[in-house]
Amino acid sequence: MTRRNYIPIMLFITAVIGIQLITKFTGTNYYLTQLTMTAYYSLVIIGLCLVMGYAGQISLGHAGFFAIGGYTSAALTTCNLTSLFKNGNSLVKFLSSQGMLIKSQDLYGDPVLYVNPWLAAILAIMLTVAIAFLIGIPVLKLKGHYLAMATLGFGIIIFRIVLATEIFGEADGISEVPGFTLIPGVSVNGNFDNRIINYYIACGIVVIGIILLLNLINSRVGRALRAIHGAEDAANAMGINTSRYKLYTFVISAVFAAVAGIFLTHYNGGIGPSEAGIMKSIRYVAIVAIGGMANMWGALTMGVILNFMSLRGMFGSYDDAVFGAILIIIMLFAPEGLLRLAIWQKFFKKNDSAQ
Amino acid sequence: MTAELFSQYLFAGITYGIIYAIVAIGFNIIYNTTGIINFAQGEFVMLGGMIAISLNTIIPLVPAIALAVVITMIIGALIEIIFIRWLDNPSVLRMIIITIGLSILIREVALHIWGEGVRSLPYFNGNEISSIKILEAQISPQVLWVIGICGIMVTLLSIFFRFTSLGLDMRACSANRLAATLCGINARNMVTFSFMLSAGIGALAGCVMSPITYTQYDCGTGLAIKGFTVAVLGGLGNSMAAVAAGLLLGIIEAFSIGVVPLAFQDAISISILLIILFVRPNGLFGCNETANLKEF
Amino acid sequence: MALLEINNLNRSFGGLKAVNNVSFSVQPDTIKAVIGPNGAGKTTLFNLISGNLPADNGNILFNSTSITDLKPYQIAGLGISRTFQNIKLFPGMTALENVMIGRHVKSKAGFWAGMLNLPASRREEKSITENSLELLELLEIAPFAHIDVSNLAFGQQRAVEFARALASEPKLLLLDEPAAGLNIYETAEIARLITKIQKKGITILLVEHDMSLVMDISDEIVVLCFGEKIADDLPAEIQQNPEVIQIYLGDDNA
Repeated sequence: MTRRNYIPIMLFITAVIGIQLITKFTGTNYYLTQLTMTAYYSLVIIGLCLVMGYAGQISLGHAGFFAIGGYTSAALTTCNLTSLFKNGNSLVKFLSSQGMLIKSQDLYGDPVLYVNPWLAAILAIMLTVAIAFLIGIPVLKLKGHYLAMATLGFGIIIFRIVLATEIFGEADGISEVPGFTLIPGVSVNGNFDNRIINYYIACGIVVIGIILLLNLINSRVGRALRAIHGAEDAANAMGINTSRYKLYTFVISAVFAAVAGIFLTHYNGGIGPSEAGIMKSIRYVAIVAIGGMANMWGALTMGVILNFMSLRGMFGSYDDAVFGAILIIIMLFAPEGLLRLAIWQKFFKKNDSAQ
Repeated sequence: MTAELFSQYLFAGITYGIIYAIVAIGFNIIYNTTGIINFAQGEFVMLGGMIAISLNTIIPLVPAIALAVVITMIIGALIEIIFIRWLDNPSVLRMIIITIGLSILIREVALHIWGEGVRSLPYFNGNEISSIKILEAQISPQVLWVIGICGIMVTLLSIFFRFTSLGLDMRACSANRLAATLCGINARNMVTFSFMLSAGIGALAGCVMSPITYTQYDCGTGLAIKGFTVAVLGGLGNSMAAVAAGLLLGIIEAFSIGVVPLAFQDAISISILLIILFVRPNGLFGCNETANLKEF
Repeated sequence: MALLEINNLNRSFGGLKAVNNVSFSVQPDTIKAVIGPNGAGKTTLFNLISGNLPADNGNILFNSTSITDLKPYQIAGLGISRTFQNIKLFPGMTALENVMIGRHVKSKAGFWAGMLNLPASRREEKSITENSLELLELLEIAPFAHIDVSNLAFGQQRAVEFARALASEPKLLLLDEPAAGLNIYETAEIARLITKIQKKGITILLVEHDMSLVMDISDEIVVLCFGEKIADDLPAEIQQNPEVIQIYLGDDNA
């Protein structure tokens, strides 16, 4: 981590701790639930910010990757393998002997045997990587409108699949997803007494995520990405394998979305088809745009604020309309993002010269 | 497959196909004058249907439809004037996001005005059970209305672009905007007019299809995706090819009903879109050499 | 043993034969120039060599290996670097960062190394920076290292582009009209820089309109006209070649 990134990360961590303390002393602990969810959504947003802002590719299908992660993990951990185990299915036996299955009891005391969330998460991420590669190779050859439509189309296909497939619970989604025990005693789930620890888990993942991405942006790869964004043919002539760089960036951001999907699903104890919807994808794009495309911290800040407000129901029945309006207003008046408006620029310039 | 079932599917395919073609032509008209894909194109269709349904409660059908088309055209023009006209050379990404934002806004406004319920205009002739027998198939007369009116629209549009001076001006703008401006054509007004025109044809299609397909506040998105698929299939900007492509997609969809579950219907046409984009991004009838020079 | 060998290269656009059956070779450690009137196919030829355009047929050998069907980034990786006629720098990046991009093929930190900020990649970053600063020094633009390239003067931008091309330590440097848009003093300056680069053991192939520059610095000259090669000789011979004089030097507008 370079020194330039060090200070904002410290500020962010301080803010995370500060908010928790405030909620503690004001007795508003219940805010932590939405803040935890917000943190996971922010993970999708910073990943998308890498693709849109730094690699210069629009993706209108990122909710699809979120859903792939969440649904795969949910389906694997809610599938009761007890009968297969009793019938002597060799795969189930093997997994069980390797400690990859977890035994518990359901509400009625019947035995439940399900895939260890760690294994489920790893499989979900592997599936995401595979799909991101498969879809990315052809899609990233496209530009502009075609790229937008192709990614939108991908998102809709995923949405239709989860909506029409029985194992994904069709319109109801998957519920009763068990908690994700990270280490003994620390579990990602929605229990009220786990609220604080889960808040810190979520924020910790975001911190790790943003450190990884900031490192990447400031590395040789990040420089190459900016070059591709600036002048693709010149970048190619300088020896940068532009299509591979775009593809890997796309895959990384898909994994970020999938990880968010996995954790949020365990936290909420379920996932529904609306998580895969087009509006979700567009919302992610909107937040990145408001943050200022190539501005990781801007995207994160806006992601936290807007998602939190939305989850608290502050926009009421105008939720989608608010995001639509924000998209238009930002793109009309501040295409560089809210934080890059001329007023702010002046403010920051003054600060710089004072130093 | 019996001959009866075959022609039943065929007519269903043509009906939907020609509607997709109208949406695709709407895309093309705006794309040709501005280079923008208007992601809110499907919403024009929805608006046309919804406004006509509301008006029809107080005035007769034909004036209701006519008025709905005019109102939608005005909305189209206003959208262009308020959100697009004054932008100085905006990037493609910016325009994509703005028109997506517009489509969301229009949809949400529609939701608050008309609610989530499914509505429809009355059948132009008879009712939902009246039918005509053509080629062994039982066809609702409304299907003929859709095919007829959309067919006339396509013909009029092609005459308009080929023979009227306004149509030629618009084509000049699409060919070379600067040169057109130098020849005294007001390119900005042409853009406004292209939004009006595509809003108008979308609205009319939305009215004629309403009795069969029903109108709901969020029906625009699906239509926009299908319309875009058709536009790309025919080659972006090529309206006559879009008609052929629209019929093709409609018929493929209709015949796939027997094979693929209804829930995956959309997935079919989107897969077609993806395949076309990957394999022949210039459309079935497009020329690769020239398309390489275009900016999408 | 020629460094670059072009055999019967063809490329047409529709009916126009932009490069028509062109063959020539470039010897190591020399400066070779390609000249010809407007529309002779010089830039097309360059784009074929650097892989920006696919050839219709014919082949290009670099160090005896065929590079005909390679992608631009692969060709750059083999040691061919280029500049562009209408300077293509990366906007929004500083002069230093632009040159550092040129160092891409000589470094290897990938996605994992970047995300984890491994010590090895930090060391590599450091050496990239030092190396790039040296090049800015060599091209006498070190003071502008931290300025956004969009804010530099035209001549300075060209120098940055040179530095960027050199950063990959190419064996062959392709210069597309290096003197375009420069006045005679700046052109003389560029000529000096080009010979300075050549003395460092880099072979140079350039396309140029400016006859004085070409005659001064080139070891050999190829003349193209309407896509066809009409001469390939020493500068002194080219000056005497009647065909060249007729189509190029003898032109009233020349």
